[in-house]
Amino acid sequence: MAEETKAPSAPAESPSSPAPSESHGHGHRPGPRGPRPGGGPGGGGGREGGRKYFRRKKVCKFCVEKIESINYKDVRLLAQFVAESGKIVPRRLTGVCTPHQRRLSSAIKQARNIALLPFAGRAN
Amino acid sequence: MNRTYEVMFIVRPDMAEEDLDKLISTLETAVSGTGGSVKSVEKMGKRRLAYAVGRFHDGVYVLLTVEGGGGLIHELERRLRVTEPVIKFLTVRIDEEQKRLDKIKKIREARKKAAPAPAATPEGGETAAVTV
Repeated sequence: MAEETKAPSAPAESPSSPAPSESHGHGHRPGPRGPRPGGGPGGGGGREGGRKYFRRKKVCKFCVEKIESINYKDVRLLAQFVAESGKIVPRRLTGVCTPHQRRLSSAIKQARNIALLPFAGRAN
Repeated sequence: MNRTYEVMFIVRPDMAEEDLDKLISTLETAVSGTGGSVKSVEKMGKRRLAYAVGRFHDGVYVLLTVEGGGGLIHELERRLRVTEPVIKFLTVRIDEEQKRLDKIKKIREARKKAAPAPAATPEGGETAAVTV
């Protein structure tokens, strides 16, 4: 009955003194929220939370090492950019630049077609 | 004409070596029959497949680099499809990619030749100053 805010006396009471049932019921009522799940500054280097956190400058591996040809045949190189599940890792996690990511992606898809890389890895 | 292709195909693992060679020579004659040329044949050996392809978990990989027109690949793929031991194949056109790589190499070499000439003289000058 105290939860019903239609009663004229309830609105006056609820902001000043929360009824005992309310404070126990709703967890997000109390003031400070828990730490944001995005992590602290510099966390992970890949979290796009819209925050201007310091990010370890991830550089494109291909640009740095001047690897021009990304071939579907060099499985070891391609496997670095493929997750355990066989999925292609997004470039915000690996730091690869866009043109290289596009070539890498087509090379991985070609490798998948010729059974050098799996389509979907072993399901856990 | 003068398109370069790379054909990679997988042969079932229980195929004999001579049969594989026979198959490769058949493909080579087919290539030259349609007016192309085989640039290289590379047997990459037996490998474990990333996923099962029609009951097989291993396969013998063969890489064929050919040069010729588009009709060549049509014929080659038709033969590969029909051949029973071949379980998978992939054709990639590589002449554009080769052009791009050659261009990059040329630029790099040109840069290297231009760079050491001016770099040599300041180095010589500096070492002389240091010894004195």
